[in-house]
Amino acid sequence: MTVAVNAEETGQKIAEAIPGSVVSSDKGSLTVDSKALAQVSVFLKNTPGLEFDYLTVLTAVDYLDYFEVIYRLVSLRNNQSLILKTRVFGRDNPTVPSVTDTWRAAYYQEREIFDLLGIKFEGHPDLRRLLLWEGFNGHPLRRDYL
Amino acid sequence: MPIKTEQFYLNVGPQHPSTHGVFRLRLSLDGEVVTDVEPIIGYLHRGIEKLAESRTYTQIIPLTDRLDYLASMTDNVAYCLAVEKLAGIKVPERAEHIRVIFSELMRISSHMMAVGFYLNDCGAFFTPVLYMWREREKIIDLFDMVCGQRLLYNYMRVGGVSQDIPDEFIPAVKKFVAEMPQYIGEYNQLIKQNEIFLARSKGVGILPKETAINIGASGPVLRASGVKWDIRKMDPYSIYDRFDFEVPTGDAGDCYDRYWVRIQEMTQSLRIIEQAINQMPAKGPICSDVPQFFRPPPGETYGYIEAPKGNLGFYIVSDGSIAPYRLHIYPPTLINITALKDMMIGWKVADLIIIFGSMDVVLGEIDR
Repeated sequence: MTVAVNAEETGQKIAEAIPGSVVSSDKGSLTVDSKALAQVSVFLKNTPGLEFDYLTVLTAVDYLDYFEVIYRLVSLRNNQSLILKTRVFGRDNPTVPSVTDTWRAAYYQEREIFDLLGIKFEGHPDLRRLLLWEGFNGHPLRRDYL
Repeated sequence: MPIKTEQFYLNVGPQHPSTHGVFRLRLSLDGEVVTDVEPIIGYLHRGIEKLAESRTYTQIIPLTDRLDYLASMTDNVAYCLAVEKLAGIKVPERAEHIRVIFSELMRISSHMMAVGFYLNDCGAFFTPVLYMWREREKIIDLFDMVCGQRLLYNYMRVGGVSQDIPDEFIPAVKKFVAEMPQYIGEYNQLIKQNEIFLARSKGVGILPKETAINIGASGPVLRASGVKWDIRKMDPYSIYDRFDFEVPTGDAGDCYDRYWVRIQEMTQSLRIIEQAINQMPAKGPICSDVPQFFRPPPGETYGYIEAPKGNLGFYIVSDGSIAPYRLHIYPPTLINITALKDMMIGWKVADLIIIFGSMDVVLGEIDR
């Protein structure tokens, strides 16, 4: 059984190592500051006991006030999972650091989110539209796109 | 006079038999050796995630059929499982068994297509595919018997299945399960020791274990690289914890291992079907009482299963209305092709076709 790790405890560990990075944590998920995301991802991958080496789903949700980017991490060794979230405000130029350096699984998924929701991933090696064509106007999965 | 050479660019696809759909590979070649690969996708993009936002939870089920159209049943199961998780709906025992039987039949059928077309890519023009199709036809007849559809089933419902299985179904499945090992033996006899097949697939397109984990590969591609990770075993959903089966793995992570893992998985699926038939309650409800326009409580969930091609998941955000606020599909094959660069660079164009064939790619799922 893949056990969801206690997000509150993990949040405390991260807050000790990277001060000011954790915004909130509840039973199921952990929200971190988008500025610290790159550091947090490296911490989660390399810390013994956590070892989240396997990124599965990476998606984003448009809540109109802000975008929420969601990462589901799995540790194949410990058979544990964690849902990591980060929020990004502003609709014109939302930017989140890319995690492709840590998990290459993010490569196409970040491109897809950029394409469909218009969130920029800073540090992505090749950030272009994935499913729609170059020159397409708008980002269809935004809630205000009709 | 010195000879001037330059890089050569070649487009494989979008319309090419070896791309298994509308898919384009932009290759940079040095002579016949691949120096760079860029997959170009989106030709089959129908915007299923956007369409889902304006449909009720039940209306989305036929859309999921169109994802991996060679394994529609498991797409249905994955979606229904996610919604049930979100709304806290329990599935009746009989329906759970029907789902398991159908998922495993679908897995056998999907793997048969994968192996058949892989051999087609290897140059065994259509003879192996026809051998595989002979048995796949029997599986499709079984599905036809139950839901009247042969490709896009739309059979699963949130809370169970849409209709009960007919009386003649169980004997037909039993007959199929009894016959199938002989046919698998036949495939092995035809393929496994074939000199040309071995020469073209052993050691070709190696995906190392660390890379496979890092790119997030799943399904037979991950297991062929030596990672014993099957969601049915590691995080059992539905009633998979009640069945006894093995998780076959490869060790080299080459094209041959990916083929061999799939063949072994067929045998394991047969084992699961046999157990499921024996354990299935003879009578009982097949769908729990779910209103047609039900409203799951606000919240979000991620439901996922081990589909034939890998880890298929649905991330659903509900705002308490009759339609999902956001539905995200996690497609295993899109993630698997992240590794194309690692596997293809340095090989010749003819090998590239084989490497791509061994990934078992379905474009309906990649483009959504």
